[in-house]
Amino acid sequence: MSEKHSHVEEHRDDEASKLGMWLFIFTELLLFGGLFLVYSIFRSEYHEAFHKSSLELSVTIGAINTIALLFSSMTIAMALTAMQKNNKKLALLMIGITLFMAVIFLVNKYFEWGHKFEMGLYPGSPLMPLLDRGYLLYFSLYFFMTGLHALHIIIGMILLFICLFKVKNGTINNKRYSLLENGALYWHLVDLIWIFLFPLMYLIS
Amino acid sequence: MANNVSHITEYRVLGKVLLVLMLMTFLTITVTSLDLGALSVTIALLIAGFKAFMVLSYFMHLKHESLLLRILVGFVFVLFALIVLITFIDYAYR
Amino acid sequence: MTTETEKIKYVSYLDHEGKYNGIFAWIFATDHKRIALLYLYAIAAFFFVGVILGELMRIELSAQGETIMNAQTYNGVFTVHGVIMIFMVVIPGLSAVFGNFFLPILIGAKDVSFPKLNRLSWWIFMVGSVMAVASQFLRSGPPDTGWTFYAPYSTTTGTSVILATSAAFVLGFSSILTGLNFIVTIHRLRAPGMGFFNMPLFPWAIYATAWIQLLATPIVGITLVMLIAERLFGIGFFDPNLGGDPLLYQHLFWIYSHPAVYVMILPAMGVISEIIPTFCQRKIYGYKAIALSSLAIAGVGFLVWGHHMYTSGMSEQARWFFSLLTFIVAVPSAIKVFNWLATMYKGSIDIKPPFLYAVSFIFLFIIGGTTGLLLGSVATNIQVHDTAFVVAHFHYIIFGGMGFAFFAALHYWFPKIWGRMYDFKQATIGWAILFVGFNILYFPQFIIGFQGMPRRYFDYLPQFHTAQVISSIGGLILAIGLIVMVVTLVKGARKGAPAPANPWGGSTLEWQIPSPPSVENFDEEPIIKKNPYDYQ
Repeated sequence: MSEKHSHVEEHRDDEASKLGMWLFIFTELLLFGGLFLVYSIFRSEYHEAFHKSSLELSVTIGAINTIALLFSSMTIAMALTAMQKNNKKLALLMIGITLFMAVIFLVNKYFEWGHKFEMGLYPGSPLMPLLDRGYLLYFSLYFFMTGLHALHIIIGMILLFICLFKVKNGTINNKRYSLLENGALYWHLVDLIWIFLFPLMYLIS
Repeated sequence: MANNVSHITEYRVLGKVLLVLMLMTFLTITVTSLDLGALSVTIALLIAGFKAFMVLSYFMHLKHESLLLRILVGFVFVLFALIVLITFIDYAYR
Repeated sequence: MTTETEKIKYVSYLDHEGKYNGIFAWIFATDHKRIALLYLYAIAAFFFVGVILGELMRIELSAQGETIMNAQTYNGVFTVHGVIMIFMVVIPGLSAVFGNFFLPILIGAKDVSFPKLNRLSWWIFMVGSVMAVASQFLRSGPPDTGWTFYAPYSTTTGTSVILATSAAFVLGFSSILTGLNFIVTIHRLRAPGMGFFNMPLFPWAIYATAWIQLLATPIVGITLVMLIAERLFGIGFFDPNLGGDPLLYQHLFWIYSHPAVYVMILPAMGVISEIIPTFCQRKIYGYKAIALSSLAIAGVGFLVWGHHMYTSGMSEQARWFFSLLTFIVAVPSAIKVFNWLATMYKGSIDIKPPFLYAVSFIFLFIIGGTTGLLLGSVATNIQVHDTAFVVAHFHYIIFGGMGFAFFAALHYWFPKIWGRMYDFKQATIGWAILFVGFNILYFPQFIIGFQGMPRRYFDYLPQFHTAQVISSIGGLILAIGLIVMVVTLVKGARKGAPAPANPWGGSTLEWQIPSPPSVENFDEEPIIKKNPYDYQ
């Protein structure tokens, strides 16, 4: 496929990198899928308890976080568009806004969790085993799923920070933006998961 | 093979998609605050599915990607749905 | 295109000198062929540890009562035997070794799509393996739960479950990345002129396998994390005392672990599909059927997991559903068997060691497969679930199937990998001893399993004693066979006659290049045939 005389550098296949990132996204979808499966089973078994427990969550904060992530998805997509149009300044601004939205999300999460910790609700707390089964399961799933999601936000942020620096120093440019494109895909995945997590955790009536 | 600059998503398209997504979010919150019983879950999940579809198609550029990729994405969601459904064959009838 | 004056000087991938020296030239290698050998040597070592553990079990079972170990030790031994064999030998085995070595070559590529990711996969594999081995030596003792780690015992036992399951998690990552790499490689790096339906059947098998590795593994990943969380935080997903459901663990575990068995067997079938045509000098019968059956097995294989759980308390409807799907998934496998046999019919058969292993694969696979149907039918399953019958079934399928296919691949591709030939007579003797020992070891287990001998028991009722002794003798013969096989191959690698490029008259691309291959596989443009199995 590539020339015999160039053994190193320009064997570049951006389609392959993109396909690779999509395949990795599939694994992440199934990873969270396992948790969604567990959630759906326990929810069907402890319907009442899940409903009552979700009242402990603040729909307002959840909604703000949802908007923040949706907005950040748009801005990172715009960053890619900007890069494809060779608008380096706009690309940098958009990546920056994306990261800022991510920070907002994490700060909110910090307050949400902090509030629960104050109430004695955290994995391994002495209070948890005293709860009725459905409540225990709901909160366990809550921490597990939002925690795993937050971990992925952090990973995504690291990826985007790397993109930020590479856009800045020109390694990512309008002829070579695979890394940004794939980093953006990963970020959208994080948003996708939250799109399902939000109603299932916060909006059970 | 270098990047194929075959399609660039315009800013205003992205902006419009965000508007739709926010509208859908608002809709979800409203619908689930009403007392519709089991229907609420269904509607919430359908709306979430639609939002996911928008994110996949426009933000993640799937609308303009190869047929292969679109089929693969669809396949993954179908596989997950089947696994959930089949597991419920156990739980629903126990 | 190279001209005469520009001809690249041939350097075997074994001798090539690059950026690193000594051992680093290997453990930092990105050449898929070197990575394949790294996997081979590691996996061979783990296999022999697993064999020793198996033989220790056989010694324990040779006599009633406590023979060389007590019950707790026995539980640890069969758990470790399973964890090593499943996660460190049989799941990675064929893909990581022969998939790595031959997938790029068979599709006319210089390497996989992501060579550095490939190297990372091996590093991760080694880290996970070290963790798994380490879990044996913690003060809390090796895990005693069985490789299946069923809750609630696994969430409460004091043994080193967390380290062992973390090891499995890490190993899973390696599997996922390898699958990812192979899928992209097949989509992006096929030589010009090689469409999907011009690929040989081993790449087809690797392709189907890679999808399972990619999609199924994350589910066991998250399940093991949930298990660890339950041990650490008392969450109660699976512990009925805390309101959880032990069946949920079983569902989640088998949603991965059943597709995992297809990860084991699909590449094995791919190997057989390569060997049979070569040694019959005949185009494979039903190429498209075999290719598509690999995809069918992978797809349907995701939907049958409940057949491991018929006696667990699942609903009747679930048992019905899983049984039906299990019978359906047997069909594509049967198609392959028919097509292999049809290929052999009136072929120009050359009985060399690879062919012997391939044919015995078919025999052992048929036994393993049909006993699988017996297990797949709910009514008969009740009699044999958790007995030695199951043990015999899966050893026939995994060891007789994947294991013998692995040996077949070793003997088939040996000249290409090491550039030398081994002694056919000695290899044939090794095969014969192995085959006889294998059947003497495992066949009696079908019988006593049916009669009620439970699995994972270190002791048993007097009526099973004779069969257990026979089995243990078989185990001894098997071990001798393994030794003969290994000695033959090691001797061949060291001092065997130099191998020609095409010792077997094969038609696929690996036989067009020198033995061993050069670093970039094809120093000249390969000739892509429309039909990969084209014999004159």
